[in-house]
Amino acid sequence: MKKFGLLLALMLLLPLSLPPLLSVSWAKEAVPVAENPELEERMIALSEELRCLVCQNETIAASRADFANDLRREIREQMSADKSDKEIIDFLVARYGDFVLYRPPVKSSTMFLWFGPFILLLAGAIVLVIYLKRRRKRIEEPILSEQQLKQAEALLKEGKGNSA
Amino acid sequence: MTRFLIPLAAFVVLVGFLVVGLGLNPRQVPSPLIGKPAPEFQLQQLHQSEKTLTSKDNLGKVWLLNVWASWCVSCREEHPLLVQLAKSGIVPVYGLNYKDQREDALRWLKQFGDPYTVSIVDPEGRTGIDYGVYGVPETYVIDKNGVIRYKQIGPVTVDALQTKILPLVKELQG
Repeated sequence: MKKFGLLLALMLLLPLSLPPLLSVSWAKEAVPVAENPELEERMIALSEELRCLVCQNETIAASRADFANDLRREIREQMSADKSDKEIIDFLVARYGDFVLYRPPVKSSTMFLWFGPFILLLAGAIVLVIYLKRRRKRIEEPILSEQQLKQAEALLKEGKGNSA
Repeated sequence: MTRFLIPLAAFVVLVGFLVVGLGLNPRQVPSPLIGKPAPEFQLQQLHQSEKTLTSKDNLGKVWLLNVWASWCVSCREEHPLLVQLAKSGIVPVYGLNYKDQREDALRWLKQFGDPYTVSIVDPEGRTGIDYGVYGVPETYVIDKNGVIRYKQIGPVTVDALQTKILPLVKELQG
């Protein structure tokens, strides 16, 4: 039991002693981050809006592709050169096209992309309304006309009379 | 009858979208650089590092710029075609060695043949960014005025060469 307690204590304490060791090895890899954390934050915020063209479902911020790495370096450098976010985005769009943006601008070639879903939604709503209206009409319409009802009643009476 | 025709028509349209969508290559992103002047560069040559080549050196002729690297697998696929094209002398091919090591690049050219009139190096991929390169190999057709007229993303194929690149080169040279 005592041994177990010691082991437990060791297991709990071990992680506490690790961070200094780890941070040493991390610090080496992350030199550019350490240089200017503010700029790095701005770079990541901007690159989260940008698509990595190599791995198309990842952002430049998230991708580990060499290409994303290069673009992060480019963005970092342009930010240190005091370029605004818009200037950097224009720079990238001029080279890679709107596809590099996760939020493409609204223009004639992207109209369907932006409004297609709403058009489909509207069409669905119209179909639904038409269907519901028709259905209500069908329910409201009496199944038998007045005359048919009388006929049926007469037939029923007749039947009763026979069986009695 | 319309009861079935309308959903059927909608379904057919959807299937049509799906078929077309599956046939598209998501890696073929249209380049905004087509019809625009080729970005300027001044880069070291691969074989003679003391010499440089600038984008302006080629003004007045139609040329191809092929972006390649020794680490790029599909570059090997297109390479025999480029060697053949260079031999034919129809159009000069310039190589942009992208994010590569000089020794590796030279060895690669020795092994597979060197189709390039001049090879230039872009070790950090900066000119690559200017040209919107995101997947080597890529090949640009640049006209006499230094305007990019076509971009092949991925390896040059016989089909691309015959149906697009060569006719365009002829038209531009004419």
